[in-house]
Amino acid sequence: MPVAAPTDELLALHRQMLLIRRFEEASAKAYSQGKIGGFLHLYIGQEASAVGALANLGEGDAIVGTYRDHGIALARGMSPRACMAELFGKVTGCSKGLGGSMHFFDAEKRMLGGDGIVGGHVAVAAGVAFASKYRGRKEVTVCFLGEGSVSIGGFHEALSLASLWALPLVVIVENNEYSMGTPLSRTLSVHDTSQKAHGYGMASDRFGTSDVLEVKRRVGEAVARARETSKPTLIEVQTYRYRGHSMSDPGKYRTADEVELRKKTDPIVKAEADLRAAGVSDADLARVEAEIEAEVEDAVRFADESAEPGEELIEAYTYA
Amino acid sequence: MRELRYREALREAIAEEMERDDRVFLMGEEVGYYQGAYKVSEGLLERFGTRRVVDTPITEEGFAGVGVGAAMVGLRPIIEFMTWNFSAVAFDQIINHAAKIRQMSGGQFSCPIVFRGPNGAARQTGAQHSQCWEAFYTHIPGLKVVAPATVADAKGLLKSAIRDDNPVLVLEDERLYGLKGEVPDGDAVVPIGVSAQRRDGDAVTIVTWGKMLHMVLPACELLAKEGVECAVIDLRSLRPLDLGPTLASIEKTGRALVVQEAWPYGGVGAEVVDRIQRDAFGALKGPVLRVTGRDASMPYNKHLEDLTIPSVDTVVRGVRAVLAW
Ligand SMILES: Cc1ncc(C[n+]2csc(CCOP(=O)(O)OP(=O)(O)O)c2C)c(N)n1
Ligand SMILES: [Mg+2]
Repeated sequence: MPVAAPTDELLALHRQMLLIRRFEEASAKAYSQGKIGGFLHLYIGQEASAVGALANLGEGDAIVGTYRDHGIALARGMSPRACMAELFGKVTGCSKGLGGSMHFFDAEKRMLGGDGIVGGHVAVAAGVAFASKYRGRKEVTVCFLGEGSVSIGGFHEALSLASLWALPLVVIVENNEYSMGTPLSRTLSVHDTSQKAHGYGMASDRFGTSDVLEVKRRVGEAVARARETSKPTLIEVQTYRYRGHSMSDPGKYRTADEVELRKKTDPIVKAEADLRAAGVSDADLARVEAEIEAEVEDAVRFADESAEPGEELIEAYTYA
Repeated sequence: MRELRYREALREAIAEEMERDDRVFLMGEEVGYYQGAYKVSEGLLERFGTRRVVDTPITEEGFAGVGVGAAMVGLRPIIEFMTWNFSAVAFDQIINHAAKIRQMSGGQFSCPIVFRGPNGAARQTGAQHSQCWEAFYTHIPGLKVVAPATVADAKGLLKSAIRDDNPVLVLEDERLYGLKGEVPDGDAVVPIGVSAQRRDGDAVTIVTWGKMLHMVLPACELLAKEGVECAVIDLRSLRPLDLGPTLASIEKTGRALVVQEAWPYGGVGAEVVDRIQRDAFGALKGPVLRVTGRDASMPYNKHLEDLTIPSVDTVVRGVRAVLAW
């Protein structure tokens, strides 16, 4: 792979983070207009996690995530049009309007969901990694979950197997400090979720998400370990979500001051400051912002204008 | 009589039983500080403290099992699943442990535990979050399963469930939590295993439970305008099953329709149909039909979701189909 100039690399990552943020803001608006239904879990504040992590992946690599999946889908390069159309429940959506916000899939991009029942999906990710090894391919699977899901059995059984069988898996715990309304201190007996790797003899790492380049570099080490030596890694990224757990959560369990404080380490703000320091002009940044705004507007328009799935799709995909 | 919402009736049942019996406690995700994902347990932490209102991490198998163990040695846990869909993770505890302890121990241990939470489709929450669980759990000897459709039953059946010496699963419904209805003063216990006739009629006997009662009753009003009067039986308790009022009604109507939100394959509706054909064969003028959810995982799209869940309209069509024989 050709090595990009540092500024170009950061520009590309910054653009992706901004796309996610504007996309999420647009989905929150569409939700309040009644165009999106069900649950909507936004990724705002956590953008550097998916963007930095997935910048290390190539074509054959795979990702598995939870219901908080819009950010990882966009960071994987899924089309904003198909993602927004999925939220609108349209047939042009990435899951034909059958999945919704929690179930983004894209076979071509090897995005294997969008899973709504936490824990079990980590084992599924281990299975994808198992298949890569089985076929003798140097592919890596990256799996995301929240810190509140670290206690569940599926996570532990998956780590145990991934380590025992040396599977090319990178498990990223996005520690945004809350599991719905419950802070980490009330869901786990330790503060550092990456410690869970030790009992399985697995490599681990732990770092924050204010610097997207740092996220890329650190996850890159784990991805290289998986690719070259077929060894799994457990990573905790320390991040924060600015919005409620889902659209129906008023967020009474934390103060507005706490949220404001955390916005001071915003990864997009930092990326912009770093870009300016590297000589990128305000006009250049404004152009990126305008392009992204247009891209998101286009996605919303596309979703709005797309057709609903027909009744024949209710049973169409029950069996292969 | 007082008017309450369904969620408040559940809360009253829990609070009154906790007040009455120190062995009763509530455990589940977000039941305490967050005041309940659907606000059923609002205020209970403040009232009873962290000893008896226990927030858990996302560990369904773990806290269901903790409940089973505590119940075996005499406590009376109320285990809340944020929704019944997550009980899949606790399936082993419910089926292999709670349901079997009494029999396996030759009657030495029992398991007086309540598992409760919302069942069935909410609104556009997709395939993994919209499932009906009655077919899975009523299959198991050793479990009791109830599905309150009214506010009074929400309180009364939950109280009975808490006092029962067996594992009782209470299937609530997110779409019913805001429902208003009258609750009798006082203890207001509703016994498990007794169905209720909600409407009288001579044309067709409709058997239903849970939120489908609220599709069936408006359908009956529409049909009544055409002179078709249906009787409606709300099963309330799905195991044990009380078909006495159903069979008595079929003696009059000679026709029956089962309406369920759940999938058609197997399940409670099929069980009801089997019993009717055996116990009321002579009275039947035609086959017993079922209106069910469509045989597919729930689509997210609103229009398709509406087509997948039985509606007032599909109930009306079901009654017409029964009458056409
Ligand atoms: C097995 C299971 N139990 C409960 C839930 C309901 N639920 C959905 S998200 C959530 C909180 C998860 O928090 P965390 O893992 O920290 O992820 P975050 O939402 O912060 O990204 C809960 C309890 C679920 N989806 N799956
Ligand atoms: Mg979290």
